[in-house]
Amino acid sequence: MIELIDDYYAYWFCFLLLTIGLYGVIVKRNLVKKVIGLSIFQSAIILFFIIAAYKDDSTVPILDPRIEVTNADAYINPLPHTLMLTAIVVGVATLGVAFALLIRIYGKYATLDEDTLMERMK
Amino acid sequence: MILGHLAVLSIVFFFFGAVIIPLVSRLGTWVPHAVAVATSAIVFVINATNLGYVLSQGTIRYAVGGWQPPIGIELVLDPLSSFFVLLLGGIAVVVLWHSRYPAAAELPGRTAPFYSATLLMLGAFSGIVLTGDLFNLYVFLEIAALAGYALLGGGSARAAVATFRYLIFGTIGASFYLLGVGLIYMGTGTLNMADLSAIMAVTGVEPLLVIGFVFIITGVGLKMALFPLHLWLPDVYASAVSSGTALVAPLGTKVAAYILIRILYFVLNPDLSRFQLPFTQVLGILGAAGIIWGSIMAIAQKDMKRMLAYSSVAQIGYIALGIGLGNTYGFIGAVLHTLNHACMKACLFLVSGNLLAAGRSQSIDALDHSLRKSMPWTSLSFTIAALSMIGLPPTAGFFSKWYLLLGSIENSAWIYVLVIVASSLLNAVYFFRVIERLYLPRGDVAAEEAPVVVADNRPSLVAPVVFLALLLVVLGLGNVIVVRQLIQPMLPAGF
Repeated sequence: MIELIDDYYAYWFCFLLLTIGLYGVIVKRNLVKKVIGLSIFQSAIILFFIIAAYKDDSTVPILDPRIEVTNADAYINPLPHTLMLTAIVVGVATLGVAFALLIRIYGKYATLDEDTLMERMK
Repeated sequence: MILGHLAVLSIVFFFFGAVIIPLVSRLGTWVPHAVAVATSAIVFVINATNLGYVLSQGTIRYAVGGWQPPIGIELVLDPLSSFFVLLLGGIAVVVLWHSRYPAAAELPGRTAPFYSATLLMLGAFSGIVLTGDLFNLYVFLEIAALAGYALLGGGSARAAVATFRYLIFGTIGASFYLLGVGLIYMGTGTLNMADLSAIMAVTGVEPLLVIGFVFIITGVGLKMALFPLHLWLPDVYASAVSSGTALVAPLGTKVAAYILIRILYFVLNPDLSRFQLPFTQVLGILGAAGIIWGSIMAIAQKDMKRMLAYSSVAQIGYIALGIGLGNTYGFIGAVLHTLNHACMKACLFLVSGNLLAAGRSQSIDALDHSLRKSMPWTSLSFTIAALSMIGLPPTAGFFSKWYLLLGSIENSAWIYVLVIVASSLLNAVYFFRVIERLYLPRGDVAAEEAPVVVADNRPSLVAPVVFLALLLVVLGLGNVIVVRQLIQPMLPAGF
């Protein structure tokens, strides 16, 4: 039990963050807060990949003359980081589109509260 | 030389078209439309060549940028993916050809961004189908989704609200997919589908990978609008620009269905996903529930586009049921239904676009006898497509349902047999309601003698609809050829 906490505490925090994001998306009635929840949710997944790439006693994946290239254990796996660069770009683009839609909605209905919006749309 | 790169060209052409449209749009209002149609026509020809090559010579594997897989990204053209990418190009040509007047009327002055987003979405759809890399698929999934939000939410403010909800659902779905990819990468250290499949054949599927696949299937299910994850779909389809709906409805959910087929039967060992893990069983049950729920909700709708949207939920259920049956007939039924439903839904949504273009209301109660007189070809095409949705021979819809029935009988899944038969009756209820209004006079003398204004006078509005309706009959009569020549070669190992 202790090992589960000690070895994997980063994952626990990551999944806590994931849950907070999902909670925000589902429960909050304000559309901007939903977008914030969505952003937290995406960030948690990005952190998840970064945590997965981490190794004890290893360094950043930049060639160090003191460490041989063949000694792969001494370097952190760089692939998840590069994948997450793409995922961050995707997240930013999603945020942009979401805010563009919100501006359109606010311009027409003058509210961002879900309940009020539903009433005004009738 | 260039022939060696045919695999990647369909994606490249679509993206190139998407970039070139804003640049050339100042030359004239007709230019974006012409570029979009020309691009998709070229891609259609390329894809047809590729399909012919793949069927005669075998699978093409293309290493993007010369980086060899499993490190680099590879595109895979096998019978399954080249069939789907050809379907994409074909539907795109017909719908874009039709879209000239509707898009200009519904989005005045904004056709260039509309066509640009359309080509971006089509390019990303092609990428999803062609890629052999799990993370690359995620990127294409998000490009397609973002372009789709622009396409669907660009019309009215009501469409923006519906699209915002779709964005929330879609992003959660894509994030689930990404989480699943992360777990699989942690478990196996590879992102290449063929490599992953080879590794899992040796190591077996550990619990970590099972969780990863569950996340992936849930995420794709959200994108596919699989019951009960379909809640975003009806509002989006009903409120969006008609050309946008006519493009997204036949293609968007089908691409997600393709991902499911790819993951369940090609990445995972088919025996594993059919017999050892309950993936296909769950998919079958959800599909059957979606068929009934979608059909019943479609009956309750008063608006034509909403009715068609709920009927999409039901039709996606058929495809999920076919995938979930996990036998040869089920697989053939699912793929054949993807093709048929793409043609039927495109035809029906184009008809609803024609009604809008003629200044008609989308309300089913407002339809009457006069419509048949003023739009005879549109009405006829609607009827053929509706008969195909119900599944009357010799239209195409009959044969895919027939294969699904055979598959259900082979599995002794009598509930599914009952669901398919009952849903055909429900389909008949909501489509005959419309057909009756179109063809039976209601004895209203004033309406009978009113002068007929022929609205079916623009070839670019009528010809695509009639073409799709004819295609449904041709596909129905020629279904043996489609199944033997195209679908049999794509059956996964172990079927």
